[in-house]
Amino acid sequence: MKIILADALTIAAKDLRNELKSKQTIGMMIIFSSLVILIFSFAFDPTNNTVKAIIPGLIWVITIFSGLLGLNRSFISEQENDSLTGLRVAPIDPSSIFLGKVVANLVLVIIVQLISIPILFLLFDYRFHGEMIWFLLIVLTATIGFIVIGTFLAALAANAKNSEMLLPVLLLPLLSPLMIGAVQATKIVLEQEGMKDAVSWLQLMAAYDLLFFAACFFLFEYLMEGS
Amino acid sequence: MLELKEITKIIGDKIILRNFSLALSPGESVAVIGPNGAGKSTFFKLAAGLMQPTSGEILLNGEQIKKKTHLLKKRIGYLGHESFLYNSLTPLENLRFYGKLYKVKNIEEKGMELLKAVGLHYFKDIPIRSFSRGMIQRLAIARVLLAEPEFLLLDEPHTGLDQEAVSLLNQLMKERQKQGISILLISHDFEQVINVCDRVLILNKGRVISDRNIDPQLELMSFKKWYEAAVIGK
Repeated sequence: MKIILADALTIAAKDLRNELKSKQTIGMMIIFSSLVILIFSFAFDPTNNTVKAIIPGLIWVITIFSGLLGLNRSFISEQENDSLTGLRVAPIDPSSIFLGKVVANLVLVIIVQLISIPILFLLFDYRFHGEMIWFLLIVLTATIGFIVIGTFLAALAANAKNSEMLLPVLLLPLLSPLMIGAVQATKIVLEQEGMKDAVSWLQLMAAYDLLFFAACFFLFEYLMEGS
Repeated sequence: MLELKEITKIIGDKIILRNFSLALSPGESVAVIGPNGAGKSTFFKLAAGLMQPTSGEILLNGEQIKKKTHLLKKRIGYLGHESFLYNSLTPLENLRFYGKLYKVKNIEEKGMELLKAVGLHYFKDIPIRSFSRGMIQRLAIARVLLAEPEFLLLDEPHTGLDQEAVSLLNQLMKERQKQGISILLISHDFEQVINVCDRVLILNKGRVISDRNIDPQLELMSFKKWYEAAVIGK
């Protein structure tokens, strides 16, 4: 397991170094999320209190759709010079490729969230009074679930002709339970309602994360065999 | 020793390889030649562990190559049709990355040594997207040699190389052969096959139709005639 983790970190570091040089994907993701926030801030009147109700949903709309841009690139970039085959012939466990991609994608999405969520609060004139720890925990749990399943499906879709179109079609229905939980839990924390309900949603999301992580981790090897 | 025993590979309803057997001793250099679609690249993918045979077994020093034999893969250096390199990284960064995956010690030192050997040390800090086909092929060769594998599987390694690089590659291959490294080579360049290999086998429609040792005095014309007689029946 230690070796799998070390190889995964090597792959993640390579992906992040590539991204640091080109800034292609992260640039697109940040521009996209900023545009969505800007358009919504013009569409709704920030002084209206009911507008606050759309903030939890907006956080996840930004995360999912900007994340999709990154996920799409994650395996397509490995098709250049067939470098995915280079990883497959290397003496590493195929699961470390999956884990490495998950870490790299997670870092990119977290960077986008760190930039876009404060901008969202600012433009919607929202003052955060909830419990920061719970808010961060909810955001992190739902983001991990999204990235785990998104990375797996991105690998699956990468060999298809229209992978950019195939990925959302496969991913969005599977994400529905996670996103319902994420929006509900975020709403509870932001509106400072009963934390008991938020914990229940959090447990549901954690179970979803564990289940899909285990399934994707073990199935990834078979996915690589077919590519 | 690399042994392929009675390998058959069927993809869909097409038989790609039929009862293919080969034993590669340490320090031996064998060329696999044949027309396009004969099954040469599939044979290499099987030997590199990228595919599993439909029947038969592949043994590396007596151990069977299966899905989980990641450590055995370290002993195989596979150069495919593509370079497997990352265009946005520099030559040294590419070697560093693969070096870490192959658990190579002294990566920096070995990386620099290999870059010098393939003549790319002046370009070590330039992203390879601006490299020519020949330069990328040189770097791909360095990548394969980095982990000091016991077996080299080289699929058309001379493609895109200039004359200087061809002799450099042949020299590198001969040096490795002397160190006891076995080489399997796929090539359509018969001149290089005669220069580098001890033995050659012709693969056609998934079968080995001819197998012979190469005499260093062998002339290119008579080699071509032998190939044509075996494949076309002239």
